[in-house]
Amino acid sequence: MRIVVCIKQVPDSAEVRINPETNTLIRDGVPTIINPYDVHALEAGLQIKEKTGGKVTVLTMGPPQAETALREALAMGADEAVLLTDRAFAGSDTWATAYTLSKAIELIGADVILCGKQAIDGDTAQVGPEMAEFMDIPHISYIRKIVDITPDRMVVQRLMDDGFDQIESTLPVLLTVVKELNVPRMPSLKGKMAAKKAEIRKMSAADIKAAEGDLGLKGSPTQVKNIFAPEVKKDRKMLEGTAEEKIDMLVKELVELKCI
Amino acid sequence: MYIKVNRDLCSGCEACLQSCPYDAIVMKDGKAEITELCQLCRACLSVCPEGAISEVREASDAKETAQGTGVWVFAEQREGKIAGVSLELLGAGRGLAQKLGTELSAVLFGGTAGDAQELIFWGAEKVFHCDDPLLKTFNDEPYAALLAKLVVEQKPEIVLTGATPIGRSFFPRVAAKLRAGLTADCTSLEIDAETGNLLQIRPAFGGNIMATIFCPHARPQMATVRPRVMKKGEYDASRKGEIVRVSAKGITSRTKVVETVKEVAETAINLQDANIIVAGGRGMGGEKGFQLLHELAEVLGASVAASRAAVDEGWIPYRHQVGQTGKTVGPKLYIACGISGAVQHLVGMQSSDIIIAINKNPEAPIFSVANFGIVGDVHEIVPLLTKKIKDLKG
Ligand SMILES: Cc1cc2nc3c(=O)[nH]c(=O)nc-3n(C[C@H](O)[C@H](O)[C@H](O)COP(=O)(O)OP(=O)(O)OC[C@H]3O[C@@H](n4cnc5c(N)ncnc54)[C@H](O)[C@@H]3O)c2cc1C
Ligand SMILES: Nc1ncnc2c1ncn2[C@@H]1O[C@H](COP(=O)(O)O)[C@@H](O)[C@H]1O
Repeated sequence: MRIVVCIKQVPDSAEVRINPETNTLIRDGVPTIINPYDVHALEAGLQIKEKTGGKVTVLTMGPPQAETALREALAMGADEAVLLTDRAFAGSDTWATAYTLSKAIELIGADVILCGKQAIDGDTAQVGPEMAEFMDIPHISYIRKIVDITPDRMVVQRLMDDGFDQIESTLPVLLTVVKELNVPRMPSLKGKMAAKKAEIRKMSAADIKAAEGDLGLKGSPTQVKNIFAPEVKKDRKMLEGTAEEKIDMLVKELVELKCI
Repeated sequence: MYIKVNRDLCSGCEACLQSCPYDAIVMKDGKAEITELCQLCRACLSVCPEGAISEVREASDAKETAQGTGVWVFAEQREGKIAGVSLELLGAGRGLAQKLGTELSAVLFGGTAGDAQELIFWGAEKVFHCDDPLLKTFNDEPYAALLAKLVVEQKPEIVLTGATPIGRSFFPRVAAKLRAGLTADCTSLEIDAETGNLLQIRPAFGGNIMATIFCPHARPQMATVRPRVMKKGEYDASRKGEIVRVSAKGITSRTKVVETVKEVAETAINLQDANIIVAGGRGMGGEKGFQLLHELAEVLGASVAASRAAVDEGWIPYRHQVGQTGKTVGPKLYIACGISGAVQHLVGMQSSDIIIAINKNPEAPIFSVANFGIVGDVHEIVPLLTKKIKDLKG
């Protein structure tokens, strides 16, 4: 089985904030991490390989620094790593990102492609399904369980709002995964050593034979117009007194507002 | 397009370095310089006190604007029930269509002719309806293929759907096929008065930042919109409209939904439809603490929700999580107990009509969105509140 896992290096978004006065990002010392969902995708890929044999390739599109993320993935147990990096990729929206990644995957060759449900910087969840469309293969989102996998067929569970769907698909297929799917392993010491020395395959726009007009900002139908701080404001009333008194006041207010 | 620093104007203040989320600006000889890490996000443009940073447009930026008219709402149904967000979008879509002087249509896959008629009562002037059995239950490939085919034939300028598991899974396929821009999980939509472009506003970076996205050239402009942020339109059973039957001939699928399983916890029954929600966070201290919330919920006829911290602790299943990575809710009453009010939680509940916050820390940010705040220990306040309401109701 040829397994490709798409990982993205992201700023740890819990710590990216905006300064409401100047409308600018405050990112003092924000660390970069592998997108958390993608770590679960990688774990799924490693487990499939353990079951069926084959090879796990991790792929990322990003600046040269994204190599760090690939080495972390190698330390976890991925067999090889590909870094798609080129000035021409700058400014890609999900359309152009998915197009670029899919071109690279066609070169690498894949039976199963795994993505995280979404990346925590953009939170779009679009790159996976868009890639599947470009490659003309089926996709299934929000995988919470892999029930069965054979060389030409897969049965999985898709998490929905009110339960789950059990779905059967032909291969090749692209899956996007949620955290419930598994508990990612820790990198082993041996893995870390090997990852340090491993060679990372680099691909440029020319390597994937992509049309220039489909890449980066030029290939992106959407653009960011501006960014700003979310507003949180409301009238509020702090209730004072003993616990009894506060609750009596609250209940009175709620009755007046016809909430209860 | 690219971003440029005018070296003559740059004073070397380094304000732009701070603003760049991608570390793409460096100082060289006392002046700022944009490196190849630049993702063209424009965050630096507004911070430069000297106005030294600007975007440079190139001839190749301009593409022919594709034609198209009409606003479309994809109406999502699951087991014959139309999703609430679809009705909200018919309300919002009507406003957009009026501003553009164009028509509002709905697209319905599965469901009955009666359901299509309902969409007209909710505001659609036209409904494209396909009742082929292949589309009865949601399945990405046939849904994407048929919607893309319809869009190519009819050329709407805007296509919207709910940011539900269904909408967020198959809309990207449609956008990829059509070479259309797609903006995920929008919380507000506006029409740019000057250009007529759709301005799509959405949270990013876990809700810490809002961004306005637009598609200057490509058509249609597509977006998924978060449930419970827009108001439903007016229901009018005398409204007339046209139902266009659509055939699914030639549409196939490589995936098959074998089984649909419901897993609904007693008190979690559709948080999104709940009138009253009692929510707990890490401050509840454990499953025992949540038991207090279940008791309060019972006397109020409310559903129980939770912050991510409480879900991560395993005190309550993920299905109850509210916020950026959970559900967005908009009940009449939201009672937040032992929740700090991190922005990722707030984005999921701040459109609630009335918010009550109970927290022992008077500085907790949850109080900034609350209508009523009680500083105190949840283990004391919650049982007391349950008792008072029980007494009141007799
Ligand atoms: C990408 C991303 C997505 C996220 N998505 C979500 C999401 O969807 N939903 C979500 O909720 N969070 C989300 N988070 C997490 C979020 O940042 C916060 O960590 C989380 O909301 C905190 O939960 P909490 O308020 O329950 O816990 P804490 O922040 O630990 O707050 C506990 C509060 O309880 C109070 N307290 C403690 N004991 C008592 C007591 N006895 N009586 C009264 N008050 C007490 C404390 O004063 C404190 O304010 C996300 C984070 C990231 C990075
Ligand atoms: N630049 C990238 N390189 C590799 N994989 C990516 C990239 N961007 C997105 N992905 C994959 O697509 C998923 C969804 O990302 P997004 O659509 O940005 O929320 C991620 O979890 C990754 O698996």
